[in-house]
Amino acid sequence: MNMPGLGAWFDYTVNGIVIGNIYAMLAVGLALIYGVANLVNFAHGSVYVVGAYVGWAAITYLGTPLPVTILCVVVVCGLVGVGIERLGLRPLHGSSRIAPLLATIGIALVLDQVVQLIFSPDPRAVPMQVPEWRIPIGGGTIGPLDLLIGGIGLASAAVLYGFLRFTKLGWAVRATAQDSDAAQQMGVDINKVNMAVFAIASALSGISGLLVGMYYNQINPAMSFEATLKGIVALIIGGLGNVPGAIGGSLILGLTESYGIALFGTSYRNLFAFVLLIAMLLWRPNGLFSGRSSLPPEPMTGTFIARSRPFRIPPWAVAGLIVAAALLPLLNNPYVLQIGVNSLLYGMLALSLTLVAGTVGQISLGHAALLAIGGYTSGLLAMDAGWPVAVTIPIAGIVTAGLGTLLVFPAFRLTGHYVSIATLGIGEIVSLVILNWSGLTHGAIGLGGIPPLEVFGYDLGSVEGTYWLCLVILVLLALLQLRLLSSHLGRSWRAIRDDSVAARSYGVSGNRYKALAFGFGGFGAGISGAITAHSYSYINHETFNATLSVLALTMVILGGLGNVMGAVLGATLLIALPEAFRGLAEYRILIYGLVLLLLIRFRPQGLMGTV
Amino acid sequence: MAAMLEVRGLVKRFGGVTAVNDASLDLREGELLSIIGPNGAGKTTLFNLISGLEPPDAGSVRFMDQDVTGTEPERLARLGMARTFQHGRVFANLSVLDNVLVGAHTRLRAVRPAIPLLGPLLELGLAAIRPAAVRAEEEALREDAKRILTLFGDRLLPRIDNPAFSLSYANRRRVEIARALALHPKLLLLDEPTAGMNQTETVEMQEVVHDLKRSGLTILLIEHKLEMVMRLSDRVIVMDNGSRIAEGLPQEVRSDPAVIEAYLGHRETGAAAPAREDVS
Repeated sequence: MNMPGLGAWFDYTVNGIVIGNIYAMLAVGLALIYGVANLVNFAHGSVYVVGAYVGWAAITYLGTPLPVTILCVVVVCGLVGVGIERLGLRPLHGSSRIAPLLATIGIALVLDQVVQLIFSPDPRAVPMQVPEWRIPIGGGTIGPLDLLIGGIGLASAAVLYGFLRFTKLGWAVRATAQDSDAAQQMGVDINKVNMAVFAIASALSGISGLLVGMYYNQINPAMSFEATLKGIVALIIGGLGNVPGAIGGSLILGLTESYGIALFGTSYRNLFAFVLLIAMLLWRPNGLFSGRSSLPPEPMTGTFIARSRPFRIPPWAVAGLIVAAALLPLLNNPYVLQIGVNSLLYGMLALSLTLVAGTVGQISLGHAALLAIGGYTSGLLAMDAGWPVAVTIPIAGIVTAGLGTLLVFPAFRLTGHYVSIATLGIGEIVSLVILNWSGLTHGAIGLGGIPPLEVFGYDLGSVEGTYWLCLVILVLLALLQLRLLSSHLGRSWRAIRDDSVAARSYGVSGNRYKALAFGFGGFGAGISGAITAHSYSYINHETFNATLSVLALTMVILGGLGNVMGAVLGATLLIALPEAFRGLAEYRILIYGLVLLLLIRFRPQGLMGTV
Repeated sequence: MAAMLEVRGLVKRFGGVTAVNDASLDLREGELLSIIGPNGAGKTTLFNLISGLEPPDAGSVRFMDQDVTGTEPERLARLGMARTFQHGRVFANLSVLDNVLVGAHTRLRAVRPAIPLLGPLLELGLAAIRPAAVRAEEEALREDAKRILTLFGDRLLPRIDNPAFSLSYANRRRVEIARALALHPKLLLLDEPTAGMNQTETVEMQEVVHDLKRSGLTILLIEHKLEMVMRLSDRVIVMDNGSRIAEGLPQEVRSDPAVIEAYLGHRETGAAAPAREDVS
């Protein structure tokens, strides 16, 4: 740790406030949306990227001056916001509260992919539209861009204040935020209010993206996820739905990050943000600026269980499917078999997630972190400790079960949206700890040369060998999960999901049974991660990223939440179908996003029905 | 003899509103005590304080000679307190039978060894392996659950495998009571068991509660239907605006002026009523 000088501190402070301003433009929109629609909008960062690219395109192709650039961004992003409201929110009126959240995740995947297809995934430099001079103050300096960002931040806040305070639509927005039913009865058009709020929030998000592009002089489609997360962290610090709180939270986050970088270095920056997020969720879930320390009661529980009767496959048919799967290597087609291996590995992950998200109702958005823990445990034990792979894989399962459960344990008292946000944050923390704890995890270099699969002298490194191993493990895990579901554990888990308060009143402890579910689920996911590591032979902190968590959730919803056969089917379909249409490889993520959106809208119970 | 449930000076405030103000009561074994009062009198909040769903701001609760003030609901369930909820909180996606079996959760012994730290892991293992003792226990609980369901005649038995969301409102209330009985409670808290039921269904429910009382079960009842309260109760407590305004035998309470006022309107409004009639 090296202490910067006083002038450098001034620079870090200016930087923190500038970044805080940028976050504020994201977080204010999130707070407005949460206020009127009770929704954490996960597509917010995608709109920010759209804003950045619209600005870049306007400057590059049309040579627009700054005010016109901003106008273009406002118009396009405002329209995108209206679209999100029409697609992601309005049709889902009356479904469970988690449904719109999942829909915004689907929209985010689609938007990101569309931007990437139009503009390519390569980073672009945004031409600077302000002069290059800097005013020296004390030992530091302040430049026109800093002032511009501060000015736009203040101006947006003032316009927003005026809108909410002095216009009729602004009153309607505030009335809806306080009590949407009452507002509706007084003749407020809720759809119009929601649409206006989405348009305003998205315009602000787009401007934020443009300013970030200028500030760092670089934009790329991948920055959307981080923007969403940072906005959410700032929102939670300020308190969900609290607009002035969101501004305060953003400045706190910006300064924390900036000082954190000053003291520890750039790679720790996001770690601070997410640790701050988890700390807030645990100790002050209502935000820093609220008197209450307990969670506000959610109007409805956060489960996404559509009432359905699951489709039952007779045991002979299941046995037939297993035999058919076992005969797949006879086709002698390594390409098909590799798809089979991927499907089976994702199947294990989906089994784990369908238990946690479906059976127990904890919609986890950080499930890929369990794969990372499993992969690193097995890889490190095999490489650095020299243990045989046949031993390290089961150990990876056990370590993941224990560590995964311990990591989520503090979040067990959260419900609904908060669970999703917390698991997302915990997942990011795992990835950042792997990146920064170089002594243990080899840091950014990743694990190279992980030994291939081998069990007691039998080489399973071939595609056939891996396939057999995965098939056996998947079948065993699935049978075990079915057996647990038919025991008292199954009904206890589902009771917690359906009504955790009533369950507790009958002695079903939420902590104990959530821990058992995460433990068993962690075991399967850890084994999947371990096998993946040995068959890839190289993994790093980004191998198991958040997109993978969302993909797993899509598989699970596709199969039917809580449905064991459905999880395997969902994984197989989502892995095999894009391969079947090889020309579509580029559109893969787009397809996942669309599948997720269509499912939530038209078949929330999935293909096989929720259990 | 010491009371089974002793409530002393419970206070609960929500913001500026005092929902329960200095509530005290004693409930002896085998007794049926009813709490009545207008909507918003604080009856359900009092239930939530007693059953550990909300911590009180002041006061104490003793149950089975243990201090259980603000304790977690899981512990109260283990001690033998079962409750139903005003708006019927069944587990919507569970079958009728599974709903009742969740009620018997605290009676699971073989599959839930009481060993610290290792207990949960053993529970997972036992649930997967299912040795004879575990299977026998589960079978016994299932038989018991079916026996409890027969209390409601053929209302629930034919629907035993149906998911609870497919049931009528009245049947959901019955499932709740069956679930509470599966705990084999020492004390049963019933929050408006006949809410939303028609005349026939109310009479049926009244018979069920009456039988439970006769079998010696201690019951704390919140109810609006005064006829039922008068017939079943040993004693009645009347609440209004968070405070107890009367307590006594059903007949005494019925003729108490404070009670009549709480139910029929306050004296001032009552006095003003004729004048308003003239105006209109």
